[in-house]
Formats: sequence, structure tokens, C-alpha cells
Amino acid sequence: MGKHVLVIEDEPNIIEAISYLLRQDGWRVSTHFDGASALQRVFEAAPDLLILDVMLPGRSGFDILRDLREAPQTRELPVLMLTAKGQARDRETAEAIGVSHYMTKPFSNQEILAAARELAG
Amino acid sequence: MLSFNVLVLVATLYVSFLFAVAFGADWRARRGQLGWLRSPVVYTLSLSIYTTAWTFYGAVGSAARNGLEFLAIYLGPTLVFVGWWWFLRKLVRVGRANRITSIADLLSSRYGKSAFLAVIVTLLAVVGTTPYIALQLQSVSLSFSVFAAAGHSAGSVPSVTGTAFWLAAGLAVFTILFGTRSLDVNERHHGVVTAIAVEAVVKLIALLSVGVFVVWEVASGPSDILARIDAAQIDSASASGSRWITLLILSGAAIICLPRMFQVTVVENSDEGHLATASWAFPLYLLLMSLFVLPIAVVGLAEMPTGSNPDLYVLTLPIAHKREALAMLAFLGGFSSATSMVIVASIALSTMVSNHIVMPVWLRLRRSGAELSGDVRNILIRSRRISIVSVLALGYGYFRFTGGTGALASIGLISFAGVVQVLPALVGGLFWRGATRRGAIVAVLAGFGLWAYTLFLPSFQGRWLMSVETLQNGLFGWTALKPQALFYMQGMDPLVHALIWSLGVNALLFVGVSLLTFPSPLERLQGVQFVNVFAHSTQQGPLAPMSVAADDLLIMAQRIMGHSTALKLFRAAARGQGKGADAMPDPTHEFVAALERELAGTVGAATAHAMVGQLTGGAILSVEDLIAVADETAQIMEHSVQLEANSRELARTARQLQAANEKLTNLSIQKDSFLSQISHELRTPMTSIRAFAEILRESDGLSAAQLRKYSNIILEESIRLTRLLDEILDLSVLENRQVALQKTSGVLCDVIERAIVASRAAPHARALEIRRAPEAEDIALTTDLDRLSQVFINLISNARKYCQNPKPVLRIEPRRNGDLLEVDFIDNGAGIDEQHRSIVFEKFARLSDASAAGSAGLGLAICREIMRNLGGSIEYVPGYNGAAFRVSLPLGTRAAG
Repeated sequence: MGKHVLVIEDEPNIIEAISYLLRQDGWRVSTHFDGASALQRVFEAAPDLLILDVMLPGRSGFDILRDLREAPQTRELPVLMLTAKGQARDRETAEAIGVSHYMTKPFSNQEILAAARELAG
Repeated sequence: MLSFNVLVLVATLYVSFLFAVAFGADWRARRGQLGWLRSPVVYTLSLSIYTTAWTFYGAVGSAARNGLEFLAIYLGPTLVFVGWWWFLRKLVRVGRANRITSIADLLSSRYGKSAFLAVIVTLLAVVGTTPYIALQLQSVSLSFSVFAAAGHSAGSVPSVTGTAFWLAAGLAVFTILFGTRSLDVNERHHGVVTAIAVEAVVKLIALLSVGVFVVWEVASGPSDILARIDAAQIDSASASGSRWITLLILSGAAIICLPRMFQVTVVENSDEGHLATASWAFPLYLLLMSLFVLPIAVVGLAEMPTGSNPDLYVLTLPIAHKREALAMLAFLGGFSSATSMVIVASIALSTMVSNHIVMPVWLRLRRSGAELSGDVRNILIRSRRISIVSVLALGYGYFRFTGGTGALASIGLISFAGVVQVLPALVGGLFWRGATRRGAIVAVLAGFGLWAYTLFLPSFQGRWLMSVETLQNGLFGWTALKPQALFYMQGMDPLVHALIWSLGVNALLFVGVSLLTFPSPLERLQGVQFVNVFAHSTQQGPLAPMSVAADDLLIMAQRIMGHSTALKLFRAAARGQGKGADAMPDPTHEFVAALERELAGTVGAATAHAMVGQLTGGAILSVEDLIAVADETAQIMEHSVQLEANSRELARTARQLQAANEKLTNLSIQKDSFLSQISHELRTPMTSIRAFAEILRESDGLSAAQLRKYSNIILEESIRLTRLLDEILDLSVLENRQVALQKTSGVLCDVIERAIVASRAAPHARALEIRRAPEAEDIALTTDLDRLSQVFINLISNARKYCQNPKPVLRIEPRRNGDLLEVDFIDNGAGIDEQHRSIVFEKFARLSDASAAGSAGLGLAICREIMRNLGGSIEYVPGYNGAAFRVSLPLGTRAAG
């Protein structure tokens, strides 16, 4: 049984692509598309790895990460952040609040697989 | 009959009485008991020196010869005092503010302290006034001889010239005694003015008495007089219109320009408020003086033997009727008229001659020699006395030389025409800042010369300077230069001719040369001071001796430090001395020293010391030094004005730059945020495309279904990318108004139909029920129908995408509102929150999740730009249950017909 990854992303096609890649790689993949209910979903799913988009409907990925880092059960959870915003300022923000890895869209399939393996390994 | 000796005795007694009056008034004034001496009545009566012996005797003569012409001589001053009261007020204010001592001083001061101008005006005044003084001497001598002839007291009758000599000598003594008694700073002579006021009363009573006698005793009342006037047809001899107007202008101008009138009106004025009384009282005095002129003239013409001098009717009528007391009174009236004029005129002239000719010459002679003696006052008084004697001697000499002329009035008018040559420079100087010294000098010289050539010299009838030959054939035989028909202006009254030429050329040159020349800084300073006198000075009441110097210091300080700074300094000093806020500080040594220090900060220590010393009497400074100082100050002021202008310019540029910078910063922020959003919108589809492209490339074991699905995703996202780029370009074009509109005509119904069909063609189009009102859609319109349709498609697609109702319905409701087409698009969803309504039309203002929208959020922004380009608008309409948008478009039926 592979490791469990939760993908929170609002673009259905991107969810489709990531899910396919990780399943091929032996991951158990859950998906979620909404920002507002994302925190609850992470606590319930208790994944080994969280892949989190920044621009989510309802709530920003940064806010979700901040809450995750304050909750004891998710403080150590590896979080891979994806963003379509290319600015350096956003990367700094993410690192300041404790992101495990930060990745700018578009990424190569190898990149995301390597990052996922490293974070959960 | 009165003996001649009695007459001499009475005259001597009268003169002694005047001496007593003058002495008493001076005594009171020196003890500070001015009281009634400062009353406006005394001021008004002193103005009556306008009516000299010429008017006292000569008006009757003039009426007898020329009918009503004499009235113009009274009307001119009346008009000035009633209608030009404001002008006199300004003249008096300027005179007092600048401590003006004479009309020459006024013009010199106004035109940059020009010494040359002062000399010219002084000479003009002397030349213009000398005949007039001679005239007074002549009239008194004549009146003596009339009595002598009537008294038959042979043996004791002195010659006419002898009388004139003793009279001139006596007047010189009186004028010296009371005119140069003390050197008042303000050049005021209370004794003289009071004596003149008494004489004014005497001459008025005398003329009225003779008038009453003539009307009610010689004739039998007013009706008889009126009948006699009709019979005499005296009015038919009236002057021509041009001569009338000339006389009016001449006498009106003379009341301002005559040196003696300037002396009493401006120099002797102790309170500006007196002018208010004088403005009605002086014309009233003139009216009373003229009341009986015509009756006396007609009665005289009828009663007196032919060949008797009409100028002396006032005297000869009572004598002929054996009314000795009345004759004596008339004599005293004439005597008063003559003496008061001579006294004031010689004071005025001697002030000018002494200040502008004798003193400068004397100072220049002494400069090289020993140091100035301590008491300049004595020298000044001596110079003044010498000048008085000279002026009277000139008058007497003129009288002796010409031997007296026939008509009194003609000499008076020639004199008037001479002195009014300063009028353009005077009036221009008070009201026109552009008037320059050169303009004034050229104008006065030209006027003076033309007056002398066309009027003054011809009055000698070939006996002096101008030959009979010249008079008849023109200078050097050129007929164009005939003095009384200059440049062939013939057939005119000599006076009118002379005045038109002299004053006309004078005024033209004054304006012309002033416009062509540039005033020096000092002239400009003085010009501003004079023209804006009411802005610079406050009304000055009687001045206490101590505050005089403080006032002078203030005026000087204001010229250098600026009005308000100087005033502040003086007020502070006054407070320091324990005085009220509006009081002047006492010019103590401490204060003067402090002021000097302040001034030194502006003009330098040496200059400040010299200027303060000049005012406090501690040092003597040449006029050239003062001019140089003032020039420098003016240059500094000009320079600082330029600097100020420059720094204002810089400040404005800085403000503009700042504004531009802010605008650019804003634009930059907008551009950054736009780029950031564009980047996001581009990266998202790119991510899917790249991911699936890699999957397709590397994964061989994909099923056919997966293969098709993933290829479709790539295609779909590519289309999305393309659409996004199209939208961005479209928006950019629309925002820059670079879009070329393709106007076509159509019917609204078709446009909506096309939009609905197009919106259905979009991928994943949800079902949407559209409710239309076909009858309302039958509206013809001419616009870019494709663009309008694009807006409709957007709104219908938005309803399809965002309407959350499970059974979404969109109502399309067109209507005409005047010239406006309005189409409402209302769905049955939840509508848009109030907080989001303001941003729905902004770029990338996507309110729900992107996936559902399948667009970048530029749709409504594009709609807004399209409607702006079409001249219409699109807005969110609150108040419906669902989201409601209204598209408004002017139909242009009015313009299109």
C-alpha cells in the first residue's frame, strides 16, 4: 500500500494530471478542490503528503498552510505548494510560514514526482 | 469828496490792520493755539485769492466788452471743485504725504527728483506769474489815480508808477515779514492765510455792496436791471463756442496749476477734510462774487460817459454818485484782491526760486569752498527773502516796461495759458505710472515754448523780443510760422489758437515720449508712491511737531523695508515706548539708532546712516547720492522679484514632476498587478498542457480512451489560452480607443438571436431558459452590431455559467427610454453581493472558481470597454432577485434623422 497524498487544487485538468502521475508512481491519491473546507479535509484524511494550490476558491493556500502549522497533528506534515503566481515575494511568504517545498506552475512531471518522493520518504 | 490823503490814510490803516491780523494769527499758531485758524472756513476763504483784482475790477470790464464771457472764468473752477473733488483730494494727499512745497517741487519729486524739471517749472511759473503781479500793481495804481482825479487835489497826486512802486515795496515787506518769519517744515503760513481770509471777506462785502447800490439805488430794482440788460443787448456779444470752452478749460486747469492756488490748496492745507467744505463753499463764494457783475456792467455802460474805462466801473459808479464811503469800500475790496494775490504768489514763487534755483546754485558755489556753516536755516531764509524781493521787482519792472495794458482780462488769460502748461505732466504724474521724466520735461518745454511764441511774446505787440515783422509775416518771413496763425490755422481767436497748439503738442509729446522712454528706478518708485498714494498713506490730520520726523522715518523705512515690515517695526517701537498700537513712536535716539540698524540690513550701513541722517538733520547728502542709493535699492528689489519668480517656477515644476511621478507609480502598480494576473491565467492552462504532453510522450501503456481524453484536455486548454490572449489584446485595443467600429444597421431582435446561438456553441454549455419579449425587440439600430452582439454573448454566457438556480432562467427585456435603447439581462440566480458589485467590471474580477467560469475574468471588463466605445454604457442593476445587467445605447435617431 503506497503512501497517501492529498491534492487540493481547483483546476480539474491539473488534478487529473497530478492524480494520474502519482497513481502511476504507486501513491494513494485523494483530491479536494475547495479552499474553505480544505483544512477539515486534511485533518480527516491525515495524508502522508499534501499538495496544495495557492489560488483556491474560498480560501488562500497560504492561510490553510498557516493553520496547518499551528495544529499539532499537522505541524510536521510535508506540504508541497503549487502556484501559478511566479513572483519571488510569494515564495518568500510560503517559506516563512513553513512550506516544505514550493513549485511554480508549469512544472515537469519528473520534478513533481521527485519532490513528492523526497518529502514523503 | 474824499481827499487823496484820506485815501492813503485809510489804505495805510487797513494795511496795518492786516499786519495785526497776520501777527496775531502767527502768534497764536506758534503758541499752538491754532483753534479757528484751522477751520475749513479760513481754508475756503484763502482759496478766494483766485479772484484777484482782475476779477474784482476786470470781470465787470469783461462783461461790458464781451458779455457773459466772464462767467466761464468762474465756472471752470466751480466744475473742478464740484466735479473733480477726488482729483484735488489726491493732489492734497500726495502733497502732504511727500511734504511738497510747491508745484515745481511736486513735479520734480514725481519725476525722480529731477532738478532740471524743477527749474523749468519754476521759470515757467515766474514768467507766467510776473505779468499777473504787474496787473495787480496796475489795478491798485489805477484805482488810486481814479480817486486822485476825482478829488482834484492837485499837487499831491503821485504818479501811477510811483504808487505801484510803493505798493510793491510794501507788499515785499509784508511778505517777507509773514512769509519767511519761520521756516515751517510744512511751509504753512498761518498769519498770511488768516490775513487773506479777512481780505476775502472784505472784497466780497465790497462787491456785494456796490452791486446792491447799483441795483436798488442807481437802477430801480432787479426788473429794471433785467430790462436794461435786454436793452443793452450785452449778451448778444457773447463769445464764440470755442472761446467759451477754451476759457472753461483754461480757468479749470488754472485753479490746479496756478502756483498761488497750489500754495493755498495743497501747501497751506492743514486738514484733508477741509476740501469737503471747500468743494461747495468755494463755488458759492464765486457765485456771490459774480452775482452783480452784469448789473454793474450794464448800468456803468448806460450811466458813465463814453470812453471811461469799464474795468473801473466798480469804483467810478459810486464816486459819480457821490457815495464816498461805498467808493472807499470798493477801493479796499480791489486793494484786498490785489494784495492777497501778490502776497501768496510771491510766497509761492519765492519758495520755488529759492529751493530750485538760488539754493542749489549757492550750495554748488560753496561746496568747493569752506565747510557749510552750521545754520543752513539762515541762508535759506535769506535766499527766500531775496527771492521775494526779486519776484516783486520783476512784477514792478514788467509794469514799468509795458506801461500797463488796456484790458486787465487779457493779461490774466495769457498768464493762465502759461501756467497750465504743467497740466499734462501733473495729471499724468498722479494717475499714470508710465509717465516719465523725459516725457514731462519735453512736454513742459514744448508747451512753454509754443505758449511764449503764439501768445506771450505777441502780447507785447512787437515791442519786445518779437518784432512786428515776425508777428505779421512769421519767423524769417515764413508764413507757416506766423505766431498767431501757426501752420495756417487762421481765423481763430488768438487765445484758442495758442491753447490748442501749446497744450495739444504738450499733451501729445508727454504721452508719446513717456511711452518711448523708460523710467529710472527712482522715477518708478516715486510714480508708484504718487499714483497709489491712497494705498500707501493714511489720511493725515494736523501733525504734532514731534511726530513729523517719525512720519518721515516711516515713509523712508517703508520704501526700503516694505510697507508692512516697516509698520510692524514702528508699532513695536511705539509699544516699547508705552504707546498705543496705532501711535507713532517718538523719534528718540534709541529708536533712530535701532531703525538705522534695521535699514543697514537692507541697504548697507553707510547708506542707512546717510539716509537716516538726511531726515534727522545730522548729515547732508547730495541729491545724486540719494538717487544712486534708491537706484541700487530698486535694482535689489527687481532682482529679488526675479528670484521669487524663478523659485515659483521651480516649485511648480517640482509639483508637476511629483504628480507625474505619482501617476507613473500608480500605472506601474497597475501594470505589475495586471502582469501578475496575466501570468497566473497563462500558467494555469500551460500546466495542464505540459503535464499531459509529457504523459502522452512517456507513457506507452495508455488506453485509447485515456489517449483521447488527455489529447482533448490539451486541445481544450490550448483553446483557452488562445481565447485569453485574444481577450487581452481585444481589451487593450478597446481601452486605447484604437478599435475601428464597423457600423451597420439592423434590428435588435436579430442581434439577440445571434448572441443566443453563439453562447450555446460554447463547450460544456449548460441549459438555460431564455425568456424574450419579441414585440419589444423590434427596434432598428445603427451601430457596430458585432460588438454589441459580443456584449450580449458575454452576458448570456455569464448567466449560463454562474446562475446557481437549478432551473436557470434569463429574461431579456429591451425598452426605449427616450433616445436611449436599454436592454436588461436578468437571471433567477442569487445575484451579486453588494460588496462585489463595484468590481465586477474590473479586469480579472472573477467572483467564483475559475474552472466553472472557464475564462480569465475579462468578459465584463471587455463589455464595459465595448459599450464605452459605442457611446453607451453597461451597469449592474440592483433590486432584482437575480443578477441583472443593463446595456444602454443611444439610438442616435436625432442625429441620424
